[in-house]
This record gives sequence, C-alpha cells and structure tokens, in this order.
Amino acid sequence: MRLPGWLAQHLAALRALLVLTVLTGVLYPLAVTAAARLPGLRHHADGSLVRSGDTTVASALIGQSFTGPDGAPLVQYFQSRPSAAGYDPTATGASNLGPESVVDTAADRPSLLTQVCARSNAIGAREGVDGRRPYCTPQGVGAVLAVFRRDGLTGPVTRVVSVNEACPATPFQATYQGITVRCAAAGEDYSAGVVTPVRGDAPAHPAVPADAVTAGGSGLDPGISPAYADLQVARIARARGIDPATLRRLVAAHTTGRALGFLGAPAVNVTGLNADLDTTYPFHD
Amino acid sequence: MGDTTAAILFIATLIAALAVVYRPLGDHLYRVVCSTRHLRAERVIYRLVGVDPGGEQSWSGYARGVLAFSAVSVLFLYAFLRLQNHLWLSLGLPAVDPDGAWNTAVSFVTNTDWQSYSGESTLGHLVQMTGLAVQNFVSAAVGISVAVALVRGFTRSRTDRLGNFWVDLVRVTVRVLLPISAVAALVLIAGGAVQNLSGGTDVHTLTGAVQHVTGGPVASQEAIKVLGTNGGGFYNANSAHPFENPTAWTNWLEVFLLLAIPVSLPRTFGRMAGGDRQGYAIVAAMAVLAVGSIVTINVLQGSHHGTVPTAVGAATEGTESRFGVLDSATFAAATTLTSTGAVNSAHDSYTPLGGGVTILNMLLGEIAPGGTGSGLYGMLILAVFTVFVAGLMVGRTPEYLGKKISAREVKFASLYFLSTPTLVLAGTAVAIVTGWGRAGMLNSGTHGLSEVLYAFASASNNNGSAFAGLTVSGTGYNTALGLCMLLGRFLPIVFVLGLAGSLAAQQPVPASTGTLRTDQPLFVGMLVGVTLVLVALTFLPALALGPLAEGL
Repeated sequence: MRLPGWLAQHLAALRALLVLTVLTGVLYPLAVTAAARLPGLRHHADGSLVRSGDTTVASALIGQSFTGPDGAPLVQYFQSRPSAAGYDPTATGASNLGPESVVDTAADRPSLLTQVCARSNAIGAREGVDGRRPYCTPQGVGAVLAVFRRDGLTGPVTRVVSVNEACPATPFQATYQGITVRCAAAGEDYSAGVVTPVRGDAPAHPAVPADAVTAGGSGLDPGISPAYADLQVARIARARGIDPATLRRLVAAHTTGRALGFLGAPAVNVTGLNADLDTTYPFHD
Repeated sequence: MGDTTAAILFIATLIAALAVVYRPLGDHLYRVVCSTRHLRAERVIYRLVGVDPGGEQSWSGYARGVLAFSAVSVLFLYAFLRLQNHLWLSLGLPAVDPDGAWNTAVSFVTNTDWQSYSGESTLGHLVQMTGLAVQNFVSAAVGISVAVALVRGFTRSRTDRLGNFWVDLVRVTVRVLLPISAVAALVLIAGGAVQNLSGGTDVHTLTGAVQHVTGGPVASQEAIKVLGTNGGGFYNANSAHPFENPTAWTNWLEVFLLLAIPVSLPRTFGRMAGGDRQGYAIVAAMAVLAVGSIVTINVLQGSHHGTVPTAVGAATEGTESRFGVLDSATFAAATTLTSTGAVNSAHDSYTPLGGGVTILNMLLGEIAPGGTGSGLYGMLILAVFTVFVAGLMVGRTPEYLGKKISAREVKFASLYFLSTPTLVLAGTAVAIVTGWGRAGMLNSGTHGLSEVLYAFASASNNNGSAFAGLTVSGTGYNTALGLCMLLGRFLPIVFVLGLAGSLAAQQPVPASTGTLRTDQPLFVGMLVGVTLVLVALTFLPALALGPLAEGL
C-alpha cells in the first residue's frame, strides 16, 4: 500500500525528529556529562561546592544572604548586593523595574527609586558614611512630586503632592513654585499630576557604591565591587577584632580582577570571603 | 585599566576573533551544504528516516518538508511538556499547563526561545535536554537550510530543484552544530558551568539557613543555546545565572558563539555565489549596523541617563558584578541583533534609550547579523529591495547575482518584509487595548508600553529576550505571542522559499555596464540605507510612544 504524499512527509518528519532527538537530546548531553567527570572538570560540573568539615556550606559561584533570622544584616559578615530573588536558586531573576520606576504604588510595592534611596540610607548608617543620593529624600524615599497644573500639562501650578511620602509625613520640600507641597493621602489617585523627580543637593558621586544599592541580574550574584568591600572593612574588623590591614589582604585574596586584564569588571567573591573569614577569624558574640 | 578602555577591548577582540573564523567557518559550512559525499553515520540516519538523500526538492517540496518537520516538532514538544510528570528526571515537577506548553513548544521550534515559564521551577532535566535542547539544534539547522536553499535559487538556473531539506538538516546538525557545541560545552564547564543530572544539593549556609543549589545538564544546553542563536536559558535568569555564565571570559565566549555562525554565513553565500566579494559586501553591511548599535548602547549605558540610573550613579540595576555594566550592554546588543534572546542582564532596567536600542535591534528584522540562517536570508531580501530601489532610480530592470528582480520577486520580498511588522504592531495594539494586555505590565506609563512592544517585537522576530517585568504566563499573552512566533517564523520562510523557486527557474542575464555592482562599497552603503529607512518608516511612531518618550 502506498501512503498519500502528505502522510509520508509527516512520517518522515517524525522519524527524523526521533533520530535527531536520540542524537542531540540523549547521546550529546550524556557524552558531555560523562566527559565532565574528568578531574579538573568534575568539581565545576557538580556546582563548585564548598565543604567545611562534613557539611556543604556553599557553592562558590552562588551568592548568599548574610542576614539574621529577622532579616537584619549581620555585622560580622560582608554583605552581598540586594537580590530580587533573595538568593534563592529556585527563583532566580532580576527586579525588572525600569529606569523611571519612581512612584511607589503601594507600601509593599516600592518603586525602584525608593528601594535605592532606602538601601543607600541604611548602608550609610551601617558603615558610618553619608548615604544621600540624588533624587532621594533625607528619609530615604524617592523625592518625587506630582505637579498638577490648571490645564493638565500647562498653565500655573495648582497643587503639588510628594507622592512617596504618605501622610502624616512632612514633605521633603515645603513649596514648589510658590505652592505648598502636601503629603500623599492614603488611597488617593495622583496619576493626573506630572511626575517630577527632584534632584536635591546630594553629591553626584555618593559614598555608597552603585552596586550596593542595586540588585543583580540573576538574584544570585556572588560578587560585590571592591569599593563596596572596602567600605565594609572597618565594621567587620571591629566586629571580629582584627586589624583592618589584615582584613584588606584577605579581601584582596578573594578579589578577581578583569579576566585577561580587560574582560568584565573586578569583583570580590563574598561567599568565599565570608567562608574564609569564619575559618580564619571566627566571630565571638 | 579604565572601564571604557576595557569595554573597547572587549568589543575589539570580539571583532578580531570573528574576522579570524569568518573564512574557515564559512568555508566549512560551504563544504557541508555543497558536498556530494554522505558520511556513513548520515547514511544510517537517512535509512532510519526513510528518505533518499540523492533526491532534490522543488521550492514547495522543500517548504512542505520544513513545515512538516516543524509541525511534528511542535506536537512532540507539546506532548513532552504536558506529560513531563510521568517521565524520568522530572524532579517531582507537575505537567506544564496547556497554554504554557503551547507557547513553549512553538517558542523552541521557531528558534525564538521566548520563555513564559521559569526553568528551575517548571521543567525537569529530561524535558530540558531531550525536548528543548533538541529544538535548539534542529531549529537552527532549519534556519541555515532555508538560507542555503535561497542562495541555491540565486546560483542555479532553469531548474525547479533547490536541494534536499532532510540532507541539509542532518548535515548542518551533525557536521556543524554538534561538534562545535560539544567543545564549547566543555570549555564552559572549565569556566564553572554545571553539568550533571542531579536534582540539586541542599547547602547549609554560613548563617545557618538552607539554600537549594540547583543542578542540571546546563553546559551542554548553554553551548547550543548561544551557538544556534536560540537563547532559552536553563534557568530563569538565563545567561546572568552563575551556573550558565560563570565568569567574565565565559561571557565573552558566549557573545562570540552567538555571533559566529550568522557572521560566517555570508562567506558561505559568497562561495556559493561564485564571488567572495559578494559575501564581504553582505557581512560589511551587517557589521556597519552591528558595530553602530553596540557602540551606541555602550555609550548610553555608560552615560546612565534616566532618574534611577542617575540616583544610583551607574546603570547597575539588573547587571552582574563580574560582567560590569558595559560588557552586559555589549551582550544585550549582540543577543538582540542575532535573534538569540539570551540575556545576561535585565534589559527592562536599562536606561530608557539603552533599552530602546535593544528594541530597535530586533525591529531591524534580525539581519545584523541575525539568527542562524534567518539573518542571511533576511539580509538577502533587503539586498533585493536595494537593487530594486536602485533600478527604479535609473529606470532599468534590477538584477542581483545575474537574476532579474521582476514583479514576482519583489512581491515575495514585500510579503516577507511586511509579515513581521504587521505582527509586531497589530499584536502590540491588541494587547494595549485589552485587559489582559495591560494587566501584565510591571512598570507603568511609557515604560509599560515599551514592555509590550518589546514582547511582540521579540516574539514576531523570533528573538526571545524580554523586558522581563511583563507577566506573560497568562493565557492571553501565551496565545498571542505563540501565534506571533509561529507566523513570524514560517510566513517569511515560505516567502523566502517561493522567491528561491522563482529565481532558480530563471535564465541568468549577463552583467552589462548598466548593472549595479553588488560587491562594492556603494552597494553596502545603499543596503544599510535601505534597511534603516524601511525600519524607521515602519516603527518610528511606536518607538516615539515608548522608549523615545521615556528617554527624551
């Protein structure tokens, strides 16, 4: 019996798919997996796991949170970057908040700007430096006004609201073009106003580094910038009772420069650094 | 060394490495698709498939082969995803829901690799390596096959035969994609990528918490993900994940791999068309657009305009510390220029105009250098437009590689060009006026529109990257974007093969003094100009409402 042409075509397609599935979907990955058992590759293929005694304490490539049960940073550890995944490898990803995410939509959904301001303030307080940033209020929320004009986008200003400061807060700025700035009342819709971020007088190069106030792309970033590590040295040296110069040498040992001198950016591996700290200079309460 | 110098060297070494592989890889591809010899292993495959490797197909036969293979692949993958809970290595994960399975099956078969799911919490190892990764290989091979069939249309005359789809598919997979992927996978493992079949390891962290470190056959999939310009990550975080892209140098390698085949295919084209300079002209046009885009996005990300990047002092949100902002930007440009769609940083959090460049790259139609195969055939369609426009200016019938570009050819080229913009703009419009479309946005205002425009540009052009703030796992987006991926892949393929058939049937015309030389800088300039004008006219209004409104 001769099959109709279209059916023969699809049968050939199915057989081709099955053959290629065996080749590229079974033999290829298994061959690579087998080759990855070779010494030199095996440790990487298994996830670069770090052991301490009998327990596996980390993957050298995956970041961790160094916070207490209450979520507060532990003073004896170098802190990782903020993470949109909470350093959970089963829920990786980024915040995906845009560059103009400046208006808090709810108390539990702060804008990216407010998150940056709040982190900067907290880190500044923790490390004893100035945490101010452009477009941030001294209280650590986004300094953003909704400006209402008589004719929508034009005409004199009729009303101004500091949208990220919920009443009864005192707005970061008393007046805007002669109009008194009000705090944001709960449940009110300010979307008719023109969103106007206010630069303020914070230095353009803040003391708290950029990577310290922004989340990474994976939510598992194991690295921080050398500048952020340096900022934390004094606190950790104090907490563990060691000489800051000694600690700086340890930081340097966990710093990766640019690969081949020009690829990527220098980074300090926080996971490895903290594990090393616990072994070499144990923390005593 | 400063950030800027390092970024320039990153780009310069990439260009140098691509220039080095252009000839050997392009020549290898030429030998693969033009050789008359079959390897013994390939003969076995043809016997198992039940096809005669000696028989050639007409354009419609070739198209039916592509469509049959892709239809069977969608159904197979759909069933695989729906039944994964009954199979090995499912890690206890449930079956994928119907609209997610439809979207994912279409996504991987069309070389888009759009992901409406999160890899580590949705898919088991078996469906990843035996379902998705297989499509990473064969969808790339399908793209190359179609491009080769189009080139045969230019180089053959008075025939209706365009080659044998099954032979092209098998040879490209066996002789090109498999060996390079195997080597690349081992190199990635040496850099730190994982490769195991483990369900993961619970580690007890320094602070006493438990962290579940995931496993999986990641490196083998990562290699073909970038080499085949696929882009579907093993994990949700894609190439930002330390297990997929562990170091700054693996980052360079991944950018190199995703550019390697699309950049080398013009060499194959030139060899087949009997003039290396024809290949240089095409790759030069690709290079002008690509380098322009890469430099632009580096400048924009480095200047960190926009409110949040200014507050931060750098566009670091969504970028990994080991890559830095600028190398992330180069990756972003390369992945959107090649229809790869792998991401090593969150494009959604880029500066307004930097994010706009990633959208514009996709809207170019994935031609600079584009996807594996699809980049070459897309660029050749634009070359047809270019000689057509030049012909209109001087009032003579245009020709390209000795073939007349008459009404029939221009109709096929026009249909090709109109397919994806229609899908992008109509799709975005529908999503914006419907409840499910607006509900998915994470960001509000102009950036929300950019998220939707990005999604439809990415799906229709088979890119697969995302402004990932958009929630696309609902039925509305899964269905609409699935349709865009399907139509955005196969309508153009049918028109390309139709054009190839029409060209192959022609008798070549000898070149005369009035013929526009298509291997000269003048032609390269015109090709770049025609591309930019066509894209600008089509998409400027949409871009003005999204990224341009946000950034200016």
